Amino acid sequence: MEKILTKNIDKPKASDIEVYLAGGGYQALPKALSLKPEGVISEVKKSKLVGRGGAAFPVGLKWDFTRKESTQPRFIVCNADEGEPGTFKDRVILKNDPHLLIEAIIIAGYAIGADKGFIYIRGEYYDEIEAVNNAIQQAKQKGYLGSNILSSDFSFDIQVYRGVGAYICGEETSLIQSMEGNRPCPDDRPPFPTQSGFMDKPTALNNVETLANIPSIINRGGDWYSGIGSPDSPGTKLFCLSGQVNKPGLYELPLGITLGELIENYGSGVNGKLKAVLPGGVSSRLLTDPEVKLDYKDVARAGSMLGSASVIVINQDTSIVDVARNTVEFFTHESCGKCSICREGTRQAREILTRMANGNGSAGEIDLLLELGEVMYDTACCGLGQAAMNVPTSAITLFRNEFEQKVR
Amino acid sequence: MVTLTIDGESVSIAEGTSIMDAAEQAHIHIPRLCYLEGLDAYGGCRLCAVEIEGEPRLAASCMRQVSPGMKVLTHSPRVRKARRMIVELLLANHPTECFTCERNQICELLKLAFELGVTEVRFNSLKPVYELDETSSAIIRDSNKCILCGRCVRVCHDVQTVSVIGFINRGPDTIVSTLMENGLGNVECTNCGQCIQVCPVGAIKERSAVDEVWAALDDPTKHVVVQEAPAIRAALGEELGLSPGTLVAGRMHAALRKLGFDAVFDTNFSADLTIMEEASELVKRVTEGGVLPQITSCSPGWIKFVEHFYPDLLPNVSSCKSPQQMFGPLAKTYYAEKGSIDPAKIVSVSIMPCTAKKFEALRPEMTDSGFQDVDYVLTTRELSRMIKEAGINFASLPDEPASELMGLYSGAGTIFGATGGVMEAALRTAYKLVTNKELENLDILPVRGLNGIKTATVDVDGLEVKVAVAHGLGNARKLLDEVRAGKSPYHFIEIMACPGGCVGGGGQPISFDLALRGTRGQTLYNEDKALPYRRSHDNPSIKKIYQDYLEKPLGEKSHHLLHTKYTARGMK
Repeated sequence: MEKILTKNIDKPKASDIEVYLAGGGYQALPKALSLKPEGVISEVKKSKLVGRGGAAFPVGLKWDFTRKESTQPRFIVCNADEGEPGTFKDRVILKNDPHLLIEAIIIAGYAIGADKGFIYIRGEYYDEIEAVNNAIQQAKQKGYLGSNILSSDFSFDIQVYRGVGAYICGEETSLIQSMEGNRPCPDDRPPFPTQSGFMDKPTALNNVETLANIPSIINRGGDWYSGIGSPDSPGTKLFCLSGQVNKPGLYELPLGITLGELIENYGSGVNGKLKAVLPGGVSSRLLTDPEVKLDYKDVARAGSMLGSASVIVINQDTSIVDVARNTVEFFTHESCGKCSICREGTRQAREILTRMANGNGSAGEIDLLLELGEVMYDTACCGLGQAAMNVPTSAITLFRNEFEQKVR
Repeated sequence: MVTLTIDGESVSIAEGTSIMDAAEQAHIHIPRLCYLEGLDAYGGCRLCAVEIEGEPRLAASCMRQVSPGMKVLTHSPRVRKARRMIVELLLANHPTECFTCERNQICELLKLAFELGVTEVRFNSLKPVYELDETSSAIIRDSNKCILCGRCVRVCHDVQTVSVIGFINRGPDTIVSTLMENGLGNVECTNCGQCIQVCPVGAIKERSAVDEVWAALDDPTKHVVVQEAPAIRAALGEELGLSPGTLVAGRMHAALRKLGFDAVFDTNFSADLTIMEEASELVKRVTEGGVLPQITSCSPGWIKFVEHFYPDLLPNVSSCKSPQQMFGPLAKTYYAEKGSIDPAKIVSVSIMPCTAKKFEALRPEMTDSGFQDVDYVLTTRELSRMIKEAGINFASLPDEPASELMGLYSGAGTIFGATGGVMEAALRTAYKLVTNKELENLDILPVRGLNGIKTATVDVDGLEVKVAVAHGLGNARKLLDEVRAGKSPYHFIEIMACPGGCVGGGGQPISFDLALRGTRGQTLYNEDKALPYRRSHDNPSIKKIYQDYLEKPLGEKSHHLLHTKYTARGMK
């Protein structure tokens, strides 16, 4: 299969602009600049590309919304605050192919009518930040960034923001708060960032992997792209395979391959016997069926979500109560504390699940967790709180007997 | 206009309205904790969640604007279940000290738990025990009771622009704290107490002096004198079974005598005295080319604010002590002499609508009598508790006047309690000082009312005096920035730290009704209108104190007892 996202990453000195240029880099940019911005958006719409950060929102539509806002200036922000447990895909692009991202951001900026773009990078990504900063300098020297790019009327610059270690900053409204120097707590939507984002201006936020598809779409057309992978959700995807598999790793594969194919053909099988899988990291609900196709629609149909495609495999020797407890521990630690339901709910769920893991739960608490999950989904402001109970509640639904053995 | 359906009822309302506000039109009051009128919506408690047809999740009705055709359910089974669980979660980590809590009977959490039918708490209490923040001489914070609604943070940041409190840590470890957790006493807190006024639970309260005052009253060797600020008489009744806006000056004096105070005076008297000094100072500055604009100095929250944030403008601030602190030294000198009382045995108590007054009384410079001038400051709330504790049937008390020597007051003194009142009172007397004629129309209406900043030009016999009034420190900032930029056209500016002036002070009865500030203020203007004297310089007791003791405004004795200096504190 032809690689779109990872074709450069293993080349020597992959992050250098000369290597990127030699591989056909920065050819999409002049092509995009030769189109009208609406033409770029229309090509992206044709590609049917959806966001790879987790929410799977159509990219062309997001750009269209942003462009149609009358307020100026508008901004493009690349979300590189990769923090979902089990997700390790964006860092590979940041570190080994930063020019792919930079070219994409320039094109995105042109499409939505922005003259400034930002990359918000997870604070722990030291090497990645360095690679991106170096690449920005190289792009400036070559005239891909700055005033009148490639002798066009379009001027554009990119600035890097560094996170300081909060998972919540991967949530778009918190990320914006963080960029503005505020405590990173989410805001209710609407208004969406496309309407009122960074500095209250229209802002398109896209994930690293999402953007990395853009140069190929511009070079080869939206129709070409929409023909790859699954008709419902086309394109390739970076699958982060981890957990109890024999060969964990990062695999770029077309959307729509089955869970079983991913685990068997690429992960060399489960280490032990398959019990369950988290297809989209710890925010997603557990799946047990290896026949599920890994695309956005089919995973949703099976009751979970593909999210960022952090596929975490769990074997039969693992206590599902422990898995539930671990995930809730993570969300309790990362809850921003703004919403009462998330702040108090995660803390209570952690306490109950910790007692259960030690065999000290009470019978009524199993249903209490289900009720808590329901209310957290219903009322929390952002995805963190809404999804924090997905693992425990799906674990109870699928493996209730394991919980019942832990309560009195 | 947007038309939508709320619980089956069609509602047409202006675009941009929140569902929460729109629901009122459908006769529905949606429960809430973090939302408070006058503050920006925050969306933290999630209690105001409603169901919107076609949406996968509930929406916070304080944050969501109405849209055409929207179908909202405000109390569906899903909504009720969510609300109960949210309250249940908050209760699980809330101390069960309701019996001894400051907010017993006025706790919004307690009220909601009852109203929403929360009859059991299925979660364990997990909250760590936090130490109280007792670093401030005025305000105590208790993070154990805090439900993190953020109302105090918003009033401090958005309304007062002081921003000394904020959220620290995250998730379940989140608390409201100060810079580096140094405590309210060690940061730029102005002690205004607006955080207390907005707190839905008992997480913030004044540092109480009730027990100390009882001890003084119980001690036969002490001579306990008391003064009450103008704004008390317009609000105390609310705590004691009377309808808002009831003027209770006479009952207040009677109740204080019943509590055992040896001499019941009135801060309104020293407000008149403040006017004599401050108006004279204004005339002096205007005629002798002093620093202008002159800015009032009665509000101790404002004084600490200017010391921290605008220390360069301290020369603009009147050197007059506040009415409380003018009364203080006089009680231990003038009154002691007149009554042949050993000043060492006098305990001077003040009843204030204000928490910042507690800090002010403890300022090291406030010892001009040779003693601490004011020993204890009680808020309106603390006094009401003492009256209740003593079993005094306040509503049925007959009116009594304060003792004349330092208790007779003019209408000018009483309107000090409302924003614009000091300005109006000062102009009534300044006019006389400049023209030697009396101002005909005493009602200077442009400086009254609840607009954040009010301005007026007053014709003082041909001299155009330009004045401005700001209440709430955020509004004050706007006038101060003009002064700092050298662009202020004013001669005289009145600043009160609290919205509405002292009637909206941090020590007043807790109410979440903004309109009450106007009601209380009007009560004072009504009293002004009904009093025999309406100008400070007409008050016979004021004439007497200058005749017998002080000699003249800005005289040597005044300078020693009634004027003060400020400290440029700056910011950390």
